[in-house]
Amino acid sequence: MSSELVTVYLFGKKYQVPSSLTIMEAMEYCGYQLVRGCGCRNGFCGACATIYRIEGDSELKGCLACQTKVEDKMYVATLPFFPLVKKVYDIEKIKPDMQIMMQLYPEIYSCIGCNACTKACTQELNVMQYIAYAQRGEFEKCAEESFDCVMCGVCSSRCPAGISHPQVAELARRLYGKYIQPESEHLVNRVSEIENGDFVKMMEDIMGKPIEEMKELYNNREIEK
Amino acid sequence: MSLPYTQEMLDSVKKVEATRAARMQTELRRMTADEKDDVLQKFHPDYKMDGFEILQMGPNKGEKAPAELAALLQGKSRLDGKEISLQNPDYDVDVLVIGGGGAGSSAAVEAHAAGAKVMIVTKLRLGDANTMMAEGGIQAADKENDSPAQHYLDAMGGGHFTNVPELLQKLVTEGPSAVNWLDHLGVMFDKDENGRMITTHGGGTSRKRMHAAKDYSGADIMRTLRDEVLNRQIPVVDFTAVVELVKDSEGKAAGAVLMNMETKEVYVARAKTVIIATGGAGRMHYQGFPTSNHYGATADGLVLAYRAGARLLYQDTLQYHPTGVAFPAQIFGALVTEKVRSMGAQFVNREGEAYMHPLETRDVSAASVIRECRERGKGVQTPLGQGVWLDSPMIDEIHGKGMLEKRLPGMLRMFGKYDIDMREVPILIYPTLHYQNGGIRISADGMTDVENLYVAGEAVGGIHGRNRLMGNSLLDIIVFGRSAGQHAAAKAKSVEVKDLTIDFVKEFEHEEEEAGIHSSILSPQLLPDYRPEGMKTI
Repeated sequence: MSSELVTVYLFGKKYQVPSSLTIMEAMEYCGYQLVRGCGCRNGFCGACATIYRIEGDSELKGCLACQTKVEDKMYVATLPFFPLVKKVYDIEKIKPDMQIMMQLYPEIYSCIGCNACTKACTQELNVMQYIAYAQRGEFEKCAEESFDCVMCGVCSSRCPAGISHPQVAELARRLYGKYIQPESEHLVNRVSEIENGDFVKMMEDIMGKPIEEMKELYNNREIEK
Repeated sequence: MSLPYTQEMLDSVKKVEATRAARMQTELRRMTADEKDDVLQKFHPDYKMDGFEILQMGPNKGEKAPAELAALLQGKSRLDGKEISLQNPDYDVDVLVIGGGGAGSSAAVEAHAAGAKVMIVTKLRLGDANTMMAEGGIQAADKENDSPAQHYLDAMGGGHFTNVPELLQKLVTEGPSAVNWLDHLGVMFDKDENGRMITTHGGGTSRKRMHAAKDYSGADIMRTLRDEVLNRQIPVVDFTAVVELVKDSEGKAAGAVLMNMETKEVYVARAKTVIIATGGAGRMHYQGFPTSNHYGATADGLVLAYRAGARLLYQDTLQYHPTGVAFPAQIFGALVTEKVRSMGAQFVNREGEAYMHPLETRDVSAASVIRECRERGKGVQTPLGQGVWLDSPMIDEIHGKGMLEKRLPGMLRMFGKYDIDMREVPILIYPTLHYQNGGIRISADGMTDVENLYVAGEAVGGIHGRNRLMGNSLLDIIVFGRSAGQHAAAKAKSVEVKDLTIDFVKEFEHEEEEAGIHSSILSPQLLPDYRPEGMKTI
């Protein structure tokens, strides 16, 4: 691990930090006790959405602070909250058709195709593409394309049309999971067998066994290949 | 882009590659019960006595607990003698849910569905929880060759026959309906074209009953539950921690004292029933281990409940996940899902030897990784310690090219950010503090020793005994979360809250004094502190 120091600007203030650190670790190294902008610290929760620019580079980049190493002359601003629009609906009452998108998130049809969302995505998702799928009511494609979304909101912060991409995708995933993916017959059957009491006897049998007998059963159980 | 492995690592990778074809042809032997006991006793951190202390007071007096936890259980209230007016509560609800993870959200949704006035209070954001990070999957006995009894046997054996029978019975019996509930809320489970769940093994399972949503299983469950909480417009008071519970004059749980994490303003919430769903303790870094847990995993619920008089169970057993990231340093301790092993990747040492079956239970696997490094000297040196290989390129060789990317996109991305393509080269792992096996003791309806105080999720002790199987935690947060919500809502209907009091905190502190404890450690801890040691501040 390299221990050379690089210069970073946290909210504009200059600090020197080891180059091996992530942005989040660098903030802590500089003495910040984080409350906001820090969640799972493993790239799954989107709490540490961050915008940065490297001096001399015109491009503004989006990243997760816990997953991105510091660079020399990096200007960092965290985005611990972004006002996404989350529409309220009843999952039992809506249908997986185009109308629902038009009704809940009509702004997706104002997309101007600038692709700033995709460029900003911290997960390298093709955000503009999944919005296009949502516009057309292609929920399976939208769900698959957006699946790794951590809902950090950096895409929406860059959108001139005011789209809340992560919420659109969340709706598409729930519609796909609930209405479009085929029903699991074996699961539904098993639930009714259990409700019917079909497994009560079997459970009583095993729970009634002395520990030694249960150990014997466990150590010699057949393991599915 | 260049692979950041050291020369020693690269030399070892060659040995791993050289033995791969032969290893793939051999069925690895599973350990005997005696061999497992031996490796656990010698190498598992739970058996290392200097990491523990005996509790001097409180409901579990005389029992051992991790030293860091004991310090908080016997710590000092954040109220620190300050007078808090309980007369005019800022919030008044039927059911108060503490914690915004999978268990808390499930509880809130069910309490709301039962018609209760419910509120969630969480010290970070809704969804900042270990649930979000559970990668591998959720168990449920829903296939034809499986049964709740078979699931019971696997979990009982994995837990070394110490699981509380009625809690485990509930877990496995209500497993299929929990998965069905999630399925109908819109979680994107991996299914084949006919709707059959694609299920795999986890360490210690005898049937393939691990359901997944790629390797974002917990994330997809959490996203869905969060969306459902918001759709139901359940109030969420975020960035607000509970610093003490509140009781009524009859000694029943009746609310909590809350603190805004940013402004430090204090509020009082009155409730007819209270559900603790505060999760685990990885950020306590027991015995100096790194952790796979989220930022807020500091055992708060155990501290709150203990002070209110609830007994803990198995507070001395932790789960060290065998496959935490050992390299690179930026993701040290992060979780490498067990699904990598479910899909065939083996543990391989520096010499290229697959020294154990990849699907032993987590405690046995973790202890064996530690033994390989410490005793046998066959670990690979890393800047922060040692590790052994997890031979991830085996996955595409077994299942066909593209399968690792399809089933493990999160893992591929995590290592890819550091120029490690796990489809091409093996990855280095070492155990990481992952799960709090023990917690607060409950009865099957979720209630603790304190009337009207319920617990769900990782803060519960006893469901998993002294070791939890993969996929039984996502299951328990749903089964016990829903159940706690239902029971707390039903109970609230007949509760009449008497005068509020926090006198029990003073009594607890008095008991501490009598035991000769004069702690200055404020608890619950709420968050870890990663600022540099010795930093001068005023």
